[in-house]
Amino acid sequence: MNFFAFKEKLIPLDKWVQDFVDWLVFNHRDIFQAIKAPIELCLTGFTWLFTTLPPLVVILLFAAAAWKFAGKKVCAFTVAALLLVGMLGLWQETMITLAMVISSVFFCAIVGIPLGIMAGRSNRFEIILRPALDAMQTIPPFVYLVPVVMLFSIGTVSGILATIVFALPPIVRLTSLGIRQVHPELIEAALAFGATDWQVLRKVQFPLALPSIMAGLNQTLMMALSMVVIAALIGAGGLGNPVVQGLNTLEIGLATIGGLAIVLLAMMLDRITQSFAKK
Amino acid sequence: MTQDVKIKVEEVTKIFGPQPKKALKLLQQGQDKETIHAETGMTVGVSNASFEIRTGEIFVIMGLSGSGKSTMVRMLNRLIEPTAGRVLIDDENIVAMNEEALVATRRKKLSMVFQSFALMPHLTVLENAAFGLELDGVDKSTREKRALEALEQVGLEAWGESMPNQLSGGMQQRVGLARGLAVDPDILLMDEAFSALDPLIRTEMQDELLKLQAKARRTIVFISHDLDEAMRIGDRIAIMEGGRVIQVGTPEEILQNPADDYVRAFFRGVDPTNILTAGDIATDTQVTIPITDGKNPRAALQRLIKNDRDYGYVINSSGVYQGVVSTDSLREIIELPEDDHLLANAYLDEVCPATTADSMQEILPHVASHPWPVPVLDETGKYFGAISKNLFLRTLHRNQTEEPTTQDAETTEG
Repeated sequence: MNFFAFKEKLIPLDKWVQDFVDWLVFNHRDIFQAIKAPIELCLTGFTWLFTTLPPLVVILLFAAAAWKFAGKKVCAFTVAALLLVGMLGLWQETMITLAMVISSVFFCAIVGIPLGIMAGRSNRFEIILRPALDAMQTIPPFVYLVPVVMLFSIGTVSGILATIVFALPPIVRLTSLGIRQVHPELIEAALAFGATDWQVLRKVQFPLALPSIMAGLNQTLMMALSMVVIAALIGAGGLGNPVVQGLNTLEIGLATIGGLAIVLLAMMLDRITQSFAKK
Repeated sequence: MTQDVKIKVEEVTKIFGPQPKKALKLLQQGQDKETIHAETGMTVGVSNASFEIRTGEIFVIMGLSGSGKSTMVRMLNRLIEPTAGRVLIDDENIVAMNEEALVATRRKKLSMVFQSFALMPHLTVLENAAFGLELDGVDKSTREKRALEALEQVGLEAWGESMPNQLSGGMQQRVGLARGLAVDPDILLMDEAFSALDPLIRTEMQDELLKLQAKARRTIVFISHDLDEAMRIGDRIAIMEGGRVIQVGTPEEILQNPADDYVRAFFRGVDPTNILTAGDIATDTQVTIPITDGKNPRAALQRLIKNDRDYGYVINSSGVYQGVVSTDSLREIIELPEDDHLLANAYLDEVCPATTADSMQEILPHVASHPWPVPVLDETGKYFGAISKNLFLRTLHRNQTEEPTTQDAETTEG
């Protein structure tokens, strides 16, 4: 009878998790530090590139990319957005955020596209993967910020890792969807002409899933941008800083320009990458 | 005879469901498809099918939807794994092959044309035609050359740079055909290849296929639900119903001796005059007259009167047809001076002999417009038999009334 009153805790899951993380931190911190290395390398590279190049060159580079892939209108918007961000005095922060976002998306693609392909080709794998993706999308990031910091220490790399956890699901899901949407007769045709499993993937499934994969990349990018403020809480820097600082000191103006810069950056990157999906 | 057989299907069964072995056991105990489905929830796709496909023939597998014909053709290249049985291609059991041997066989011997065309939307027409060669690792210039040759065969050499979605349905299927031909396969599997096309284009494609077949003979396995198509292009036809192969034979054999009511019902709508030839229906019950020295009209007349016939068919000593005489024409020359008593003078001018390969349709005008039975000759000119009006009508009648008995009862009542 007393059992169903649920007056006391019967499963001390919280303690188990606590102990497990403590154990990981104490015994295997070196493994996690090793995982940091490639991310750090990638991030340093992009940060160096965007912060050492003169702002005008960066603006021209983005303008050229926008012109090539998305046309005149997007190009004009890109130039205007970057000029505005610069004039708001947030150029340095914007470049750091850009480097972080691009690094996050890069690793999301490296991990997410193969996972998506496997999920697209195997129902069993999809069934196992789906709850994990659901969890990654719905767990409040604050829950995993602390363990991430404990394992990877404070800083930009931890920010990127938290971002990867949050932004990975769309690219996995949309890659899987793209693979599954390939008409079965096309796969049958490839097999009938003697395609191996690998050839079916490389010559039929992957090229036909590419628009969907690109749409996934776009979504991942947008989600990575939305993590910028939260990542700033663990010392990631970039455009999240003025927002967090503004909130802490009640400087509404500072928080607003930080938010505005994030929105402009998001719109610019969205328009450019959306055009990939259409090609 | 055995080297003549290209594909041999031996007791092949396909059961769709989680535990095919269980259903297979029931099937071997003689349970039918419906019972097995009710008991186990599993579907019998093809049940114990056996037949042989000969080198160089167009073999049509015909049946309505759900008859298992598409499953059958997919077991020939193992796109669908048979539950039991063997499929021998050039005496090699494809069912027992490992992955590597299977891929090699598909690349070298088999190609396939699909109902929905199944062209790769991201590749150009030329790249699509070269697809099979690309999979086989043929270098780019060779495969493009061969793909272009294949496109030429189907008349699309000018469209190589187009994308498939810019082409009409008929043209897309020509690309599908070119893709099948480019790998130069022994066997071409065609799964309802022309069914998605409108009737005019379909006929055009059938002609195209027959033309290609006349140039270079391949073994073609053609799946169809359209009887006219099967009759038109098939050298032999297998009829499937409910997963079973009910009858295999030439169109004429099946039309004349349908195995059961299902087959008969299938053929009810068919005009037999298109399929049956003069050779199929001619009888040699008419009186033949040996020409000997050619000066015996009296003997010929005697022979006709004795057999109570009005017309006689004159042949020489090796059986070669000479002409047709009638009692009237013989009497006329007997009244002439003795020197003109030549049988040849009694030949009827308007007789136009048919050959055994002519269709009933073709000989109909001759049969209808003259009183004499039309003589039928074989390909060497020998007298084969004759077709009277009576015989012609009887053939039509037989093919149209051989229907289930309920139908008969209705007609007698009415």
